[in-house]
Amino acid sequence: MTRNITLTINGKKRSDTVEPRMLLVHYLREVAGLTGPHIACETSLCGACTVHVDGKAIKSCTMFAVQADGREVLTIEGLEANGKLDPMQEAFWNEHALQCGFCTPGMIMTAKQIVERNPQATEAEIRHGLDGNLCRCTGYQHIVNAVKAAAAKA
Amino acid sequence: MATTITTKTETLVGKRIRRREDPRLITGTATYVDDIQMPGMRHACIVRSPHGAAKIKSINIKPAIDLPGVAAVFIGKDTEKVGPVPCGASLPGLRVPHHHILAMDRVYFVGHPVAVVVATDRYIARDAADLIEVDYEPLPTVTDPEKAIAPGAPAVHPEWPDNTAFTYHQDGGDVDKAFAQADVVVKQRITSQRLVPAAMETRGVVAEWHAGDRALTIQSSTQIPHLLRSLLAMMLGLEENRLRVKTPEVGGGFGSKLNVYAEEALMGFIAMKIGKPVKWIESRRENFTCTIQGRGHVDYYEVAAKKDGTITGIKLKLIQDLGAYHQLLTPAIPTLSVLMMPGIYNCRNIRADIVGVFTNAVPTDAYRGAGRPEATHGIERMVDILAAELKMDPADIRRKNFVGNEAFPYTTATGLTYDSGNYGAPLEKALDTVGYKQLREEQKKLRAEGRLMGIGLSTYGEICAMGPSPATPAGGWESATVKIEPSGTVTVMTGASPHGQGEETTFAQIAADELGVGIDDVLVVHGDTAVVQYGIGTFGSRGTAVGGAALYYAIQELKKKIAKYGAMLLGSEDVSFTGGACVDNKTGKSVKLSEIAAASYRAMTLPPGETPGLVATNFWEPPNFTFPFGAHIVVSEVDRDTGSISLKRYVAVDDCGKIINPLIVDGQVHGGVVQGLGQALWEQAVYDDGGQLVTGEFMDYALPKASGIPWIESSHTETPSPVNPLGVKGVGEAGTIGCSPAVVNSVVDALSPLGVRHIDMPLTPEKIWNLVQTGGKA
Repeated sequence: MTRNITLTINGKKRSDTVEPRMLLVHYLREVAGLTGPHIACETSLCGACTVHVDGKAIKSCTMFAVQADGREVLTIEGLEANGKLDPMQEAFWNEHALQCGFCTPGMIMTAKQIVERNPQATEAEIRHGLDGNLCRCTGYQHIVNAVKAAAAKA
Repeated sequence: MATTITTKTETLVGKRIRRREDPRLITGTATYVDDIQMPGMRHACIVRSPHGAAKIKSINIKPAIDLPGVAAVFIGKDTEKVGPVPCGASLPGLRVPHHHILAMDRVYFVGHPVAVVVATDRYIARDAADLIEVDYEPLPTVTDPEKAIAPGAPAVHPEWPDNTAFTYHQDGGDVDKAFAQADVVVKQRITSQRLVPAAMETRGVVAEWHAGDRALTIQSSTQIPHLLRSLLAMMLGLEENRLRVKTPEVGGGFGSKLNVYAEEALMGFIAMKIGKPVKWIESRRENFTCTIQGRGHVDYYEVAAKKDGTITGIKLKLIQDLGAYHQLLTPAIPTLSVLMMPGIYNCRNIRADIVGVFTNAVPTDAYRGAGRPEATHGIERMVDILAAELKMDPADIRRKNFVGNEAFPYTTATGLTYDSGNYGAPLEKALDTVGYKQLREEQKKLRAEGRLMGIGLSTYGEICAMGPSPATPAGGWESATVKIEPSGTVTVMTGASPHGQGEETTFAQIAADELGVGIDDVLVVHGDTAVVQYGIGTFGSRGTAVGGAALYYAIQELKKKIAKYGAMLLGSEDVSFTGGACVDNKTGKSVKLSEIAAASYRAMTLPPGETPGLVATNFWEPPNFTFPFGAHIVVSEVDRDTGSISLKRYVAVDDCGKIINPLIVDGQVHGGVVQGLGQALWEQAVYDDGGQLVTGEFMDYALPKASGIPWIESSHTETPSPVNPLGVKGVGEAGTIGCSPAVVNSVVDALSPLGVRHIDMPLTPEKIWNLVQTGGKA
């Protein structure tokens, strides 16, 4: 049993036939070839798979591909525009907000949402906003700095 | 192809330079092991024991094999000739159970691999794994190491009913005399709970068999590609030169990937059997139950001292929970704790006894700090307990006992030689930063109001730059090859295998400075045994302190050759190589490195006795470990009503020797500190008596989150190491080692008006609330 889905990913429309049980993150990674969203818990706790669906940050390991039918998906791969990094990507780089990099794509997608929702977010608000994304390397301090820096430029 | 080689004058070592590995990571274009796709690739899913101990009566694989899309199923008897999973550590009388890659007739811990399904996609592989019927006869289990060595405990391995894998004894000085003559003796049982390393990327393996060449390629998320190749070749019965191990991007390790796992050999076995590439990606649940865990200590400390606070003797009885098997370094880890027992204090008399205990749990092994956090936690707690007993200030008792600056190199009672140190410097800086005197005044006022505020100190030392080869199980050197390409660009190949530590940047800084080229002209390559000369890997805070030194020496060798070519091209005998060019010291004429490189490969003429090309390799054997140190101070307040702890200040002053890149060092300190906070406050791998891991997911196992972390006020003192030419010591584990005792000392200090003297980690609100309710008697 399969279903046809049509969705827009990083500004490009595509249609595929998928099993209804296929997770969105597996669809993005293995069908659409976008391996930026990572899988690190499979239970929606770590946030490494975070992407935006219709402008909202969601964890793509706990959404089915068929649920994204007709919607717009933005992944880490869609942030760079005309060869220019997104300010949040640039801030993560400048502030050394990543080490092994595995949580980073999801972390950046969440960080963007924090600033979109609250451009004047305080440190406490930024930390609260990051709580759904786990990082084992950085201790979060440089991530907080990066979000602050990107917010200041927004 | 045109290449611009920039000649630079600015020094890069010591600068906050953003990392060169980041562009691929922030754009989602890096390739981790699960990102690898190959034509015809199969997916493996492993069936694991749900029991802590059981006999396997039968396994029915037929329902799985019959499922469309399933390519193969293997069980223990199919893989019996593979392996065993190796233990690299050797101790006198060590009992080593045969560690099959798949269980034979018995399972020893929850998660023990029993069968493997190979299918065309990962969903089918999981479906099929559920169809395998294993008939188990459950057996009694033991997971608490103290219960395991008590008489009558269930035997983890029936052949060794006392569950004792080894005992180890070390004496230094005259400990009996020290205790006989002591004015005061303090004793305490201190635990260091089992922890889950929890790298954000779980383990994963892709194996590909090239039948025509009889060659196997294993891509694995590992910290040690070369050691993995040597050991996997043995396990699989393959010549070592037919096995290539590559590390794709590695998403964190913290010691958990400093290992050789059953699944790595199993995927090699499957690829060779089915003739197709196969991928296995560990689930998070598997990562909790089947990847090594850290710590697992029960320590009984006794400290002897004089009235003035001088520590004269330390005794330690260390019970190490090993789990059901030895992984690569399992039994060696607690011996590192013994080496670190005296910390940075001048105590000449020590006695340590380790009992290594089998339990029905996943093996413990190296996790960030590996034996040193446990030792540091122990000595730093004991120093505070002694200070409380003698009513001394915790800062004063530390000053009293520090190894003095004049004593270096200092040989410890445990046989180490500390390279260099200035132990008072970070302590004074940290006290100054935190405003210690005023804080103690404030504390008095708050206590008068009934508030529970604490100040906790930790002055730690650690063993880094693992290490001299005689002190390690598999060689402690590191290698580097430096190639000046014909165009003049520089390729560095390091035997270290970084996975987040930033050596693609720091090594480029070192090479750029030494060769006088721009950092963008340097490329650092690692993690492929077919490309990079043999190496040891990244662990034990050794990447820069050992691998960086190998790089430095390789460049020095190359510089001699560069100078000879420069002399030839300039027609001079008096040249120096500086700023990316050879300069005739008499005429001032110069020839650029790119021109020298071109001439060396074109080889129309050669300097006398020289060979073409500009390549040098160095295998550097360190003469000693390095010994970083530092002081951490935590200010905390306990809420009487909820037992919750709020950390008001975290001050970290670390001395990791010379700093190559302060931005990266800050990152290492922050990450290390937060892993220490995790142990101190939240994390604990809990096995119930039946052998079930009840904290088997992020839902139950509390990894530090952004909102729970205080701002870390990090700074440094710089005491160069004389062990290597860069003066670096290593920083990867410092934060983790320094942190946990500072936190616990702070909270114990907060609760000391209630009579609390010690609390075991993690400091959960429940534990604290009970202490507050019972006036410290929980």
